Amino acid sequence: MADASSGERVPTVVVDGVHVRYTVQGGATGRRGAGAGAALARMVSRGRGAAAPRSRTVHAVKGVSFAAYEGEAIGLVGTNGSGKSTLLRAIAGLQPPTEGRVHTRGQPALLGVNAALMGDLTGERNVILGGLAMGMSRREIRERYAGIVEFSGIDEKGDFASLPMRTYSSGMGARLRFSIAAAKSHEVLLIDEALATGDARFQRRSQQRIAELRAEAGTVFLVSHGNAAIRRSCDRVLWLEAGRLRMDGPVDEVMDAYEAHTGA
Amino acid sequence: MSAPALTPPSPPVTIPPPAEPATDLRALALRHGLTVSGARPPLPRYLRQLWARRHFITAFATAKLTAQYSQARLGQLWQLANPLLNAAVYYLIFGVLMDTRHGVADFVPFLVTGVFVWSFTAGTITAGTRAISGNLGLVRALHFPRASLPLALALQQLQQLGFSLAALAVILLGCGTTPGPSWLLAVPALALQALFSTGVAMAMARLAARTPDLAQLVPFALRTWMYASGVMWSVKHVVAEGHIPHLAGLALELNPAAVYIDLVRFALIDSFTSAQLPPHVWAVAAGWAVLAAVGGFVWFWRAEEVYGRG
Repeated sequence: MADASSGERVPTVVVDGVHVRYTVQGGATGRRGAGAGAALARMVSRGRGAAAPRSRTVHAVKGVSFAAYEGEAIGLVGTNGSGKSTLLRAIAGLQPPTEGRVHTRGQPALLGVNAALMGDLTGERNVILGGLAMGMSRREIRERYAGIVEFSGIDEKGDFASLPMRTYSSGMGARLRFSIAAAKSHEVLLIDEALATGDARFQRRSQQRIAELRAEAGTVFLVSHGNAAIRRSCDRVLWLEAGRLRMDGPVDEVMDAYEAHTGA
Repeated sequence: MSAPALTPPSPPVTIPPPAEPATDLRALALRHGLTVSGARPPLPRYLRQLWARRHFITAFATAKLTAQYSQARLGQLWQLANPLLNAAVYYLIFGVLMDTRHGVADFVPFLVTGVFVWSFTAGTITAGTRAISGNLGLVRALHFPRASLPLALALQQLQQLGFSLAALAVILLGCGTTPGPSWLLAVPALALQALFSTGVAMAMARLAARTPDLAQLVPFALRTWMYASGVMWSVKHVVAEGHIPHLAGLALELNPAAVYIDLVRFALIDSFTSAQLPPHVWAVAAGWAVLAAVGGFVWFWRAEEVYGRG
């Protein structure tokens, strides 16, 4: 889409020299097992500047820069641990960059609501809680409630919406989670892989819903290990390797090189 | 996360971004009025965002409350049974076995009020300590003012206090206390206590977000604080006996937990008169509440953008 004044395309996300480092706590023993004495000792030793043995710094994203434009669907590929998900969280403003900046139009949103849901609550109350957590109003949720439950199909085999979510089969839970997450449209949408779960029928329906969300959003980022899914839904691909941007270009070009690299 | 070393690092084959070279990215963003993602909003806007999320805060609090006992057979009955059992244990140990009453009239109402009012502060601070560190999944997945979490957990404790107060009313009536208009004084006292506890909880949330180990130490600190707050003995009696230095006595009397506990006792128990309260008690109670609430909130907000960093 062209900017009327200058004729250039309109950026929605500008990632400018972003580094993300984070500290990982804990290892084999975890913090539950540690007593108060051990906890105090660890805090004291950290205060002195000595590296605590079980805390490590991970440099997950190392200086990535690019601009994303309106109407683009961008795939993020890379082998495990290449920093894709971290970069996605940095774009969403959820994992602040240690260096560099992410500029965005509006508030990019990760598609996913799992963390807000509680297994002890009924499906019905989880729809409300999840919707509120995503920033929907009570009225919006009321209006979309029936659609969310119907899309998830949890009520097809009885009245499951009134049962606690922990009683659902894993596929049923995944379907409800996806339905809640996909109920809201966003200007910049970030989709992490493995969202479309459930049986084949539900996968088809959720792919269709993702396509709809893409159409409503200005820009979509998709992280996936499914090369076919990337080729099908993206027109530009960023290839990350060890936290660095290895390649950035049209989907076929990058995917051919990526597949040659991974031997897929 | 380590990079797989399948192939030696090959020279980057980066195709430059189609429109702009990297150095102009900032200018490009500014030209199109993009905002910095994940930046901390100024305080007034933060407060507005928080207000816009009020339904999420209340729904989260209620959800936590109902989820708590949803697997128990007696279900929500535990909301009442829990504080009652708690009070029974304290009565057994401090009222019967150790006999710490030392001339306190109406010892059972005195003790039970102390236990319930203290549990509210202790519960709020404990919950606040885990507000961020225990909800990292939520913080890393969704956008909302992070203060929603400690606020929601404090609200959950307030709801729980409602059940405790119902149990307390039953105990007080059972002990022959007659309800009077002075009971209404418990409302401002508990409101100030709620402000104070929430403020401390927000400060603890920020501290524990950076140092999760704090969650291990908080129970010990709280237990020490409880024993110093006159939950099962009378602060006034100990200070009046004069065995402790003046400054220590003053600290005992001005201790916010003790102030709130004694204000609620003063409101609910006839034999607990204003003679047992420190001077300027309402000013002290309000002072602690404002100091903790404003200080805790602003201090929490100042780290808004780094919660969830890892």
